[in-house]
Amino acid sequence: MNSSKFFHVKRKIISAVMMSLSLVATLIAVIPLVLIFYYTISKGITYLNIDFFVAMPKPVGESGGGMANAIVGTLMLIGIGGAIGIPVGVMSGTYLSEFGNNKFGATVRFLTDVLSGIPSIVVGVVAYTLVVVPMKHFSAFAGGIALGILMIPTITRTTEEMIKLVPHSIREAGLALGIPKWKTTILIVLKTAWKGIATGILLGLSRAAGETAPLLFTALGNRFWSTNVMQPMASLTVYIYDYAKSPFEDWNNQAWTAALVLIIMISMLSLLFRIITRSKFKTK
Amino acid sequence: MDNPETQVNIENPNNKSNSLWISLKGQLKKFLSSHNIGDFIFERLTLLFAVLVFLLVILMGYEMYVGSKISIDKFGWSFLTNSVWDPVQEIYGALPIIYGTIVSSFLALVISVPLSIGIAIFLSEVSPDWLEKPLSFLVELLAGIPSVVYGLWGIFVLVPWIRTDVEPFLSEHLGFLPFFRGAPYGFGMLAAVLILAIMILPIVSSISRDILRSVPQSQREAALALGATRWQSTKIVLKDAKSGILGATMLGLGRAVGETMAVTMVIGNRAVISPSLFDPSYTMASVIANEFTEATSEMYLSALIQLALVLFVLTIIINAMAKLLVWSMERKLGTR
Repeated sequence: MNSSKFFHVKRKIISAVMMSLSLVATLIAVIPLVLIFYYTISKGITYLNIDFFVAMPKPVGESGGGMANAIVGTLMLIGIGGAIGIPVGVMSGTYLSEFGNNKFGATVRFLTDVLSGIPSIVVGVVAYTLVVVPMKHFSAFAGGIALGILMIPTITRTTEEMIKLVPHSIREAGLALGIPKWKTTILIVLKTAWKGIATGILLGLSRAAGETAPLLFTALGNRFWSTNVMQPMASLTVYIYDYAKSPFEDWNNQAWTAALVLIIMISMLSLLFRIITRSKFKTK
Repeated sequence: MDNPETQVNIENPNNKSNSLWISLKGQLKKFLSSHNIGDFIFERLTLLFAVLVFLLVILMGYEMYVGSKISIDKFGWSFLTNSVWDPVQEIYGALPIIYGTIVSSFLALVISVPLSIGIAIFLSEVSPDWLEKPLSFLVELLAGIPSVVYGLWGIFVLVPWIRTDVEPFLSEHLGFLPFFRGAPYGFGMLAAVLILAIMILPIVSSISRDILRSVPQSQREAALALGATRWQSTKIVLKDAKSGILGATMLGLGRAVGETMAVTMVIGNRAVISPSLFDPSYTMASVIANEFTEATSEMYLSALIQLALVLFVLTIIINAMAKLLVWSMERKLGTR
């Protein structure tokens, strides 16, 4: 009697200890997150001014200046990436969900998973051998191709999942009216699923905006104003990398500001993503 | 003679083009008899893009193979076992780099996986709904921070902290172990391990959480009905989820092996094999990031591309294994 009571209490204590350990693990995970945000905001905000958005980088030794070229560069690079990644992703996702119930579909599905696991630096190396070597110079185009390749798996898989969520009855209603399958797919199925697909696209774009490794030897970076796609182009992420490594304190501080601006850009994209998903659930 | 079809037949009497013509005619017939021309075009068009994805992966492997041909021909397999990486002498052995990659990723997993399982248990078994949502959001926020920002934070916050507090503490109390000897630079293996552990935490914990949730509720209810405590029922859930969690761990490993910017910024970038965690090291991804634009000779560039090829193959193997583990878990639960 006594011993069974003892075991009962022991069991309860062990349970309580283990469960609170899981809480401790969660709290430990939150600490670095809070720290990273604290430092990025507090250090980044000191240099955040209008100049940062409209001025060009100053030469070595002079303080001040901004990163107007890098902000435009990042936007252009994800634009080029999107121009490649979005059509490929949406179309192949449509194939997988509408026609992909065969061995080839399974293979492509597996390969998109493989593609999403490939390190971004490797994609950068491929873009280098594919574009930079034949062109014989670095270019924003090569960087955009690398970013486009990186977007493909996210967009493909979200498109497939989102199209699969569209109820069969809607498809059948379209076909029963005598609308050909391609029109049903484009006008009815894709239209129903577009919000989900848009969130996938935004997710892909926001991830691409934060990529540095594939740009190091494709778009390279540029200290001057350039919107020429065939020339090297500046980007916020490469600036953060270069400025963080530099021995100048002024540049170090600007790296924090660039990080803050980058995170704000990315969170604006994911805010858009949340607004879209929320309105989707409201209408349902 | 006026009929163009006979003309074609007369002009191309050999068998090969005849059969081609027949198959073309077959395609044409299929095209015209299919329900709708639009359907035919639409299916082929989407197929084209799917084929593009398929070709892309093959093209990537091929491009890197061609790009690293010179280095493969010269070094062969000894590329992986030779421990000297010396661009000046044009000797490229990737052993210290592979060592750095494996050790940093493995140690990051040792720190990150137990924490991730703890988080997954808390989110799926313990936490009330109102707390679970914001916490999940926070963990996912960690995943959204760009790698280079982790690196920036690593250089200016983590590394100084390691240099002034962690390394002196470790060498004072655990200095008798070979892992904690040497000068406290801050930049080195320890910093890389810590930053990697933080970076793979979101992916491992969010997949583990999803996997714990996919275990049927009836398992928990059955355990609780028999008088089990929360922890005892959780143990049963964990047993069911074992292969899935192993899959999540493999995915985390794949991430850690390929992680570039943050590691490059804090690891110290020197190709040496040292047991001490205080010493600088190198990973495959950081060698490529650091030296690619400096590669002046053809052989140097080729060796770096070969390193990318090794990394490519390694991550494919790791991710395929992860995928198989998660699949086997899903199948097991599905048939039950």
